[in-house]
Amino acid sequence: MRNRTAAVGAVLVIVLVLVSFIAPLLSPYSPAQQDLGNRLYPPNSKHLFGTDSLGRDILSRVIYGSRISLAVGFFSVLVASVIGVAFGLIAGYAGGITDLVLMRVVDVLMSFPVLIMGLFVMSVFGPGTINLIVALAVSMSPRFARISYGPTLAIKEQDFILAAKASGAGPVRVIVYHLLPNILGEILVMGSLWIGTAILIEASLSFLGLGVTPPTPTWGNIIREGLNHLRTAPWIVIFSGGAIFLAVISFNMMGDGIRDIADPKLSSLSS
Amino acid sequence: MIEYIFRRLLITIPTLLAIVTLVFLIIHMSPGDPAVVILGDYASKEAVDALREKMGLNDPLYVQYFRFLSNLIHGDLGRSCITGMPVANRIASALPFTLELTLTAIVMGAFLGVPLGILSAVQRNSFFDYLIRTLSLGGISMPSFYLGILLMLVFGVTLALLPVVGAGDIHDLRDNVSHLILPALALGLRQAAYITRMARSSMLNVIGEEYITTAKAKGLSDTKVILIHALRNALIPIISIIGLYSVVLIGSGVMIEIVFSRPGLGKMLLGAMHQRDYTALQSLMLLYGLFVLIINLAVDFAYSIIDPRVKYN
Repeated sequence: MRNRTAAVGAVLVIVLVLVSFIAPLLSPYSPAQQDLGNRLYPPNSKHLFGTDSLGRDILSRVIYGSRISLAVGFFSVLVASVIGVAFGLIAGYAGGITDLVLMRVVDVLMSFPVLIMGLFVMSVFGPGTINLIVALAVSMSPRFARISYGPTLAIKEQDFILAAKASGAGPVRVIVYHLLPNILGEILVMGSLWIGTAILIEASLSFLGLGVTPPTPTWGNIIREGLNHLRTAPWIVIFSGGAIFLAVISFNMMGDGIRDIADPKLSSLSS
Repeated sequence: MIEYIFRRLLITIPTLLAIVTLVFLIIHMSPGDPAVVILGDYASKEAVDALREKMGLNDPLYVQYFRFLSNLIHGDLGRSCITGMPVANRIASALPFTLELTLTAIVMGAFLGVPLGILSAVQRNSFFDYLIRTLSLGGISMPSFYLGILLMLVFGVTLALLPVVGAGDIHDLRDNVSHLILPALALGLRQAAYITRMARSSMLNVIGEEYITTAKAKGLSDTKVILIHALRNALIPIISIIGLYSVVLIGSGVMIEIVFSRPGLGKMLLGAMHQRDYTALQSLMLLYGLFVLIINLAVDFAYSIIDPRVKYN
């Protein structure tokens, strides 16, 4: 039953990625094409998801919106894991004062909800896709530092690390070739679970007008624009929000599945 | 117990100081100039320089830092760069709206999530379990601001049952509560979904333990085994997850306040960000950091009550 959920999640994720790659082929219209004669048009055979206040096709905008969401979700988790894991590995391996300082910084960064930290960084550096990836990466990286720190402490005491050191491996070599491969599994599990969260936060920031700004369509900023027409044209919000829900649930289903495979004890419990 | 609480409070101080320092540094790293924000883009260079001098922005960073710390200790949060009003007053008027929303949602999440998760675990693989698991997976995947908008659409716009804008009159209980229901649901249901999942897996974990088999072998009824022996042990991870997701909930609360136009801290935070009101931004970030500290403290205290071993550490 669990594996089926995971499989459905994985298939949905693949479909989403495909959709974002072939967006120009799938969208019936250009996402920016205005048709002022057909403003706030309810869903119909020409516009399956209806149109917005400028007569733009919502279906096309939602399809194109997947590009930003997936790109920001994937790259922010990638950057966050690289920075966070580096922090966790170095702190855990070096110990002493390095450990103390690095992990205190991590604790302080974790004293803010990810969304609020993201908001704060965005408001300091301004909107834009790259800034958004940086903001999300900064907010999420402490979580990756924490998850890699614990196992590093345990693994560094094991004999094979001692053997590597005895055969003349320097700290960089020990960390990259001996410690990292042993915690990579956990990082991958966590990464797949965090992509969903990153997509959610990207949508939230864009909804607040601090993420990716119009005219580039993102699910968050389509909702932002649609909220003004909630009474007259609820379909704008319903379809773009539905897309966020679908993307996040796909990643969560896949992440749950990967976690169960990686940790059979949990798997037997949750199935 | 008292000693444990005291020691736990004491180690909070360095964390608090670190949060203050981080917020101060990020604010001072930001590219804008508060003097320009106050005077506008067309102000003369002389006027900007004079204001910078008056605001102490030309002093070395460490002087500014210690002045900021000293003001904080004296309870002075400064004046808004935009309105010139004391930030503390604005916060005091916004705080009740945020607190009532956040606390209602946290309580709702716990009171819905814990029983549902436990029932789901006890009736593992039944239709009820399947339903709860599907709903909770959906719940954690639903952005709370989207859920808020959907609730608004159904109960506010279509059925016109509940108000959807503002927080009502805080002195009029009926009005206040009717404004609270939809935003609290939008926040609390997602929280309940997280807690249900955790309560379920934590309970399943405990049910497999040998002392539960022993309790059953003694001839205790299932209800007694679950409520007396299993629940107490399952509660520890559940409480830590309630704490963890309450932190997430505080973030989502900002979104919900925006969607429902509630005059709380989230709305104030976003306003401060858009207007580049540095003093307000600084104080609000500190306050959000403080909330997280309080939640972490509360979780640790709850541990020490539920698990007697904690206080000996």
